[in-house]
Amino acid sequence: MIEARGLVKRYGPTTAVDHLSFDVRPGTVTGFLGPNGAGKSTTMRMILGLDRPDAGTARVNGQSYHDLRWPLRDVGALLEAKAFHPGRSARAHLTALAASNAIPRGRVDEVLEITGMATAADRRAGKFSLGMAQRLGIAAALLGDPAVLLLDEPVNGLDPEGIRWIRGLLKNLAADGRIVFISSHLIGEVAQTADQLIVIGRGRLLAQTTVAGLSARGSSLEEAFFQLTEASTEYSAHYTPRSVS
Amino acid sequence: MTTATLTRAASRSRGRYGFRTVARMEWLKLRSVRSTWWILLVLAAGLIGMAILVMAHEHWTTMSAVDRASFDPTNNSYWGLAIGQLAIGVLGVLTVTSEFSSGMIRATFAAVPRRPLVLAAKAAVLAAVTLVAGEILAFTAFAIGQAVLKSPAPHATLGQPGVLRAVLMAGAYPALIALIGLGLGALIRHTAGAISAVVGVLFVLPLILGQLGTSVQHAAEKFVPMLIAENSLTAVKPVPHALSPGLGLGLLVLYAAAALAAGGWALVRRDP
Repeated sequence: MIEARGLVKRYGPTTAVDHLSFDVRPGTVTGFLGPNGAGKSTTMRMILGLDRPDAGTARVNGQSYHDLRWPLRDVGALLEAKAFHPGRSARAHLTALAASNAIPRGRVDEVLEITGMATAADRRAGKFSLGMAQRLGIAAALLGDPAVLLLDEPVNGLDPEGIRWIRGLLKNLAADGRIVFISSHLIGEVAQTADQLIVIGRGRLLAQTTVAGLSARGSSLEEAFFQLTEASTEYSAHYTPRSVS
Repeated sequence: MTTATLTRAASRSRGRYGFRTVARMEWLKLRSVRSTWWILLVLAAGLIGMAILVMAHEHWTTMSAVDRASFDPTNNSYWGLAIGQLAIGVLGVLTVTSEFSSGMIRATFAAVPRRPLVLAAKAAVLAAVTLVAGEILAFTAFAIGQAVLKSPAPHATLGQPGVLRAVLMAGAYPALIALIGLGLGALIRHTAGAISAVVGVLFVLPLILGQLGTSVQHAAEKFVPMLIAENSLTAVKPVPHALSPGLGLGLLVLYAAAALAAGGWALVRRDP
């Protein structure tokens, strides 16, 4: 389980994440939704121990990320496309990351197969299209065969075939009993794969609900999402978090 | 799948990532980018090229008595360190700043949350590679330098007092500059800014000190890395106003340790 408790992150006068608490459970895909700038990426970085929260804690499987013994074998993360040295091949990038957590070399070939990157494995990663870069990022997340996956905007840059592929992949990973936590600013896209939703706006929790639960709030899913996030902007000063399930 | 999951869970509980696994990652990173090999090639070209250029043009017969007295055929084989130090300082900088510019640093820290361990592994791998390259090139530059030096100029041999020590220290100098570059890179994060800092320390500082009159020069220059290399590490005949070789080497080690400590502090303190 991923547990966020009272997470706060400030950048100077702006509060990017504002007392955010939620749980992400295994076995389903959980969508992390909010408009651009809502604090999704910052929250994910705090869960991964990359950004230090100004207050609050994040735990993965009951542990602080910093205390994990083999982080890549517990948690796989995709934070941004092209987070690799442009001069290094896809294979070299994955081989280096695998070595840090004593993941066998054979696993590199496996994740290259799974993500359809086997034929591009020895090309310099800087030449990759956004879609290929995204696939390489997903390959890196899968390296340790982790029980927890955090993917920030995983659909970004993928072509229709790639989108279909990743939807299937995410559902299968969740069906294995894993935690699959994906962020997006597009409710329509998330609804294709996720069952559970965590919706934030301006760094605050707006709703922890299901796709069906959110859909029931408005004439359509998009309309319900729009109303929810619009309210967060308009009434942010008087807002009190709700939880709907 | 359940069995597989259980096996996974069991294997997870044993051991932990540590210096060995992280150093292996850093070695794989360092060797898999072309810039590493280009920079080592520049170091080789600088050291060997300058040894040939300088040593082939020593004209003993036309030298004054003063010049003959101070002529040091070991020291003169290492003018190339002035070029090489820039290349190798850049290598140290890039080892960490290239990760910040690409975003790779977040993948690295997600794989290895203990950031000082990442810097220690980077430092160890970088020091090992640059020390091996530096020593091989120092011996090569020495051998070639003596070979192209025309008689009757006196030649140096490794058996003469202080010569082997000077050659070994010449080979160690690039590794220490690489570590200073790595520390500054971790502190500054931006490639251009960190390279500017390296150039400042290596080249601009001696230029400024050169303008401040001989008393300041004599008091301060001995602490500047490039002049420690020229007047302390690689000198067989003692140079006035210079540190002893041992003290010079110790001071460079201290500089590298200070740069790495500052870099490590910044890595822990600031979000990547």
